[in-house]
Amino acid sequence: MPNVTYIEHNGTAHAVDVPVGTSVMQGAVDNNIPGIDADCGGECACATCHVYIEPEWEALVGKPAEGGMEASMLSFAAATQENSRLSCQIEMRAELDGLVVRMPDGQH
Amino acid sequence: MDVSLHDSALENAKRDAWSRPLDSYDMSNPDYYQNDTYFPYFDRLRAEAPVHYTRDSIYGPFWNVVRYKDIMAVETNHQVFSSEIGGIQVEDQPKNLARPSFIRMDPPKHDEQRKVVSPIVAPQNLLNMEPLIRERTQNLLAGLPRGEKFDWVENVSVPLTTMMLATLFDFPFEERAQLTYWSDVAIANVRDPLSPVKSEEERFDELKKMAERMSALYNERQKQAPKFDLLSMLAHGAATRDMPLKEFMGNLALLIVGGNDTTRNSMTGGLKALAENPDEYRKLRENPGLVDKLVPEVIRWVTPVIHMRRTASQDIEFGGQQIKAGDKVVYWYVSGNRDPEAIEEPNRFIIDRARPRQHLSFGFGIHRCVGNRLAELQLKILWEEILARFPMIEVTSGTERIYSNFIHGIRSMKVRIPA
Repeated sequence: MPNVTYIEHNGTAHAVDVPVGTSVMQGAVDNNIPGIDADCGGECACATCHVYIEPEWEALVGKPAEGGMEASMLSFAAATQENSRLSCQIEMRAELDGLVVRMPDGQH
Repeated sequence: MDVSLHDSALENAKRDAWSRPLDSYDMSNPDYYQNDTYFPYFDRLRAEAPVHYTRDSIYGPFWNVVRYKDIMAVETNHQVFSSEIGGIQVEDQPKNLARPSFIRMDPPKHDEQRKVVSPIVAPQNLLNMEPLIRERTQNLLAGLPRGEKFDWVENVSVPLTTMMLATLFDFPFEERAQLTYWSDVAIANVRDPLSPVKSEEERFDELKKMAERMSALYNERQKQAPKFDLLSMLAHGAATRDMPLKEFMGNLALLIVGGNDTTRNSMTGGLKALAENPDEYRKLRENPGLVDKLVPEVIRWVTPVIHMRRTASQDIEFGGQQIKAGDKVVYWYVSGNRDPEAIEEPNRFIIDRARPRQHLSFGFGIHRCVGNRLAELQLKILWEEILARFPMIEVTSGTERIYSNFIHGIRSMKVRIPA
């Protein structure tokens, strides 16, 4: 099963297995990792599962579709960067084994 | 309403809800919310007619959307379900008195204006504001009477939210009662005998006075360097600095109501819920760490905003019904938040739910409540400070609610803190 490392804003890292087909958001929620709120439960409707993708993973993970709901919701989130994504929109696949994401200082 | 009176009113409502023809349903009647008798009607709609057409009401015909998932689907499809065509309440604003604001706009203008003000409630600024909110909460609680009855709304919920608003606007502190007054004016149902305004014209005139007072401050801020308050942000924001008067009125009213009414009613409704569920209150006293989960459950339970409305911009088949371009679509948060298909045991108040944040009270999609995390912070601090200070607060009366189908407002609730 692929592994994902979630790094909290304070630096605490959590490495957990996330099954293929499950979202990166769900992986955090299922493992009670703090820092991802996921208020809407994965509908791309709240932007409270915002993460930063570590640079070496950016190309493989990809960007939100231009003009789509994720881009729109992200545009209302705080402290977004070039490598911001909503983790509910990233589905785990085998080649993402080892993925590292960082959390912002809060979800809004 | 008195508790035993309410029990019998609810029994009558149950009989009525399950026997009357669905065709005759009109959930826009504020009586249901003033008396808290709406539950069985929405239970039946969710079960039998989840997308239901009300043919006749004083606001004209409209669709009702009552299930959690369907409400989410409407809110995330802003291309079809417009906020701009007809506004966000079942009751239209009269055309000549309409006050646009970004909650009543679609992209792109909505996005541009929302982004001007949203940094004030971003996580970093909440950290900056937390000590001030805590100090004010501590001072207010320390001054409450012991061993005698007093009104929780008047002495706690209103003062705390009013101070917060004054800070957000950097509004003169000694004039801050005006902010609460304008908030009440903005949401009042003019047919309510206790409403501060009795007609739409009167409402418009009062909100115009608000705009006049605010524009004096706004003009000062425009001349100063940008700072971190709502008026300064509006005055310097590219998308907001040249607003026409009606839009200025609309956006001010939006920010005042948004920052005030919802939190005020959650502060009151949360205590009411705990008093009515003594086992949950005990659980909380024994484990104050549950406050983080209590707060979202209170916000679900209270559901301060009763409904939102959209207008179809095109024909669409939705939930097996044919909705036509121009139709009013009203979705009921008070129903979705009690939908057993989305929330386990939705009619129980449970302060340690596994996923308490999954509720509809803030809405979803691009119009999701911008101040949600600030509201949660205010409630969290209030409960942390209450638990640190008072072993018990007794609710000694029922609640008196406002006459509204939009804001589930509590006008008064008497309490007593044992000496």
